Amino acid sequence: MKKLNQRAWLFVTPVLLLVAFNALIPMMTVVNYSVQETFGDNLFFWQGIDWFEQVLTSERFHKALGRQFLFTFLILIIEVPLGVAIALAMPRQGFWVPFCLVTMALPMLIPWNVVGAMWNIFTLPDIGLLGYFMNHTLGISYDMTQNPLAAWVTIVIMDVWHWTSLVVLLAYAGLVSIPNAYYQAAEIDGASNWAVFRYIQLPKMKTVLTIAILLRFMDSFNIYTEPFVLTGGGPGNSTTLLSIDLVKIALGQFDLGPAAAMSLIYFAITLLASWLFYTLMTMNDNKS
Amino acid sequence: MAQITLSNLRHSYRPDPAGDDDYALKKIDLTWEDGGAYALLGPSGCGKSTLLNIISGLLVPSEGKILFDDRDVTALPPAKRNIAQVFQFPVIYDTMTVYDNLAFPLRNRGRDEAIVKQRVTAIAEMLEVTGMLSTRASNLSPDNKQKISMGRGLVREDVNVVMFDEPLTVIDPHLKWKLRSKLKELHQRVRATMIYVTHDQTEALTFADQVVVMQDGEIVQIGTPVDLFERPAHTFVGHFIGSPGMNVLPCDVRGGAAFFGGEQITLEGPSGISGDGKAEVGIRPEFVSVSRTGGGIAAHVRKVADIGRHKVVEAIAHDSRIHAILDGEAPNAGDAVMLDFKQSQTRLYKDGWLASRPEGGAL
Repeated sequence: MKKLNQRAWLFVTPVLLLVAFNALIPMMTVVNYSVQETFGDNLFFWQGIDWFEQVLTSERFHKALGRQFLFTFLILIIEVPLGVAIALAMPRQGFWVPFCLVTMALPMLIPWNVVGAMWNIFTLPDIGLLGYFMNHTLGISYDMTQNPLAAWVTIVIMDVWHWTSLVVLLAYAGLVSIPNAYYQAAEIDGASNWAVFRYIQLPKMKTVLTIAILLRFMDSFNIYTEPFVLTGGGPGNSTTLLSIDLVKIALGQFDLGPAAAMSLIYFAITLLASWLFYTLMTMNDNKS
Repeated sequence: MAQITLSNLRHSYRPDPAGDDDYALKKIDLTWEDGGAYALLGPSGCGKSTLLNIISGLLVPSEGKILFDDRDVTALPPAKRNIAQVFQFPVIYDTMTVYDNLAFPLRNRGRDEAIVKQRVTAIAEMLEVTGMLSTRASNLSPDNKQKISMGRGLVREDVNVVMFDEPLTVIDPHLKWKLRSKLKELHQRVRATMIYVTHDQTEALTFADQVVVMQDGEIVQIGTPVDLFERPAHTFVGHFIGSPGMNVLPCDVRGGAAFFGGEQITLEGPSGISGDGKAEVGIRPEFVSVSRTGGGIAAHVRKVADIGRHKVVEAIAHDSRIHAILDGEAPNAGDAVMLDFKQSQTRLYKDGWLASRPEGGAL
């Protein structure tokens, strides 16, 4: 038998160190906090799973989680079909291709807190372009600092504006990779436009769409900056998403233990949901 | 089923073609008889795929008409022409089973499920894919995928023509032969008009009853494989078909006789060239015999390639290269030899086109 060469581990060590310092060690700190209580002075007391129980049974957490799921659901249900529709409508060749691609990519290049600030000013009822137009020209009462529905509509539209492009670009990449012969064959086979979409375009886009949905799920589920800058979680708690609530507990109230427990639960939910998404979307791939 | 007539067909990919060079198809007049097995042979870029796409309706020609029997279909889209086309790379619908793939063209035309079932079963049997009918098509090997593509072309019983656009490009060599004979067999069973586009002479000659040879957007010869081999109408056909291709030697024509390096070459028959001038003599390597002492043209052997069943001798005479194919004994490189051309197979070409005719025969 060939002798195993243990020196191979040397090549893996840099990665291990990198992962340890940027993920494992910080995460273990959080785990550490989540099972202890501290009153300062670097004194810690063992608390067991109390914080986890407290978080999981708290109504505040349930509500924030509910809002988070609602937000993510709205984002996916709007951005994925819209992104695919825009990608289908985009030209595949010619002068307008670079124009469309750059225009699509622009929103994604803007820093998240700038997006929040932009939309904040944009929607101000007295001076914002949209806010003024709605209230004074159309006469529709629209103030996201007062009305929870207006706040929700605004954060959803803001995210659609900011991130639909990601779905568009990925779907477009999937579409342009389809060889022309597929369309020609479908034409000869007498396929309708719907059949072309259903049996050629959609299957060929499946891989990139899986990635798009996963990315949009994770990003929207973990979203913090934009809604925080835009609404700060208000009015009241109506747009306090999970991450905003978490920051309030951790940095506002400085309840490190419950915040740490909540972080881990949050992480576990994201991980579980991502795994579920991926498994469901790819489970037919290897079926014969 | 129909006879397909192409009349005065010209096509350019440019919006404003000026000269002949701007045309991918220069001028095509051609009739495909109902039920024939045709091959469209030519080098890459000669316009054969363009021609195919015009027949299928994927392209609308710049000028000219396409008739299916007496019906003008020039402006009709592919779906209305009732044709089938198999592409270079297998096109299959990944998410469907093999059965659904084969049924797709019928279902799109709203055919009854009972007829669909009957047709799909029959086609699957012909292609020997019955065992795979419930498999997902994406899991098949490339040759089976290409079989399914062919099956989708053949599943409609009333197709006017089935066209194959270099369908064996992605198939492994040992399976090519199998699929090719399968195609030939299918043609004999379904008797649909089939047009097979290829740049591979073996594929063309084994599949087709009639081979159409194209070059630079023009048809240079239409004929049976034997015609193309024995009487190439153009030196291009001579070069393109055969391995190695026809020897084409420069010659002077004086008083109806051809002289190669001052030596007279006996042609198959009278020359069609009036007056004197430059021309070319064409002779296939199969009809050149090599001897050490006999008569003929003096030459020396440059190299000899043993290609298994026979040997290819490359000799130089009067600064021209001449190939000869020999069975059995061959001279060695450097030997001085005499080359003799079989008279009945020695042709004269003027400006590339055949200019001699057999004794007592027509051109």
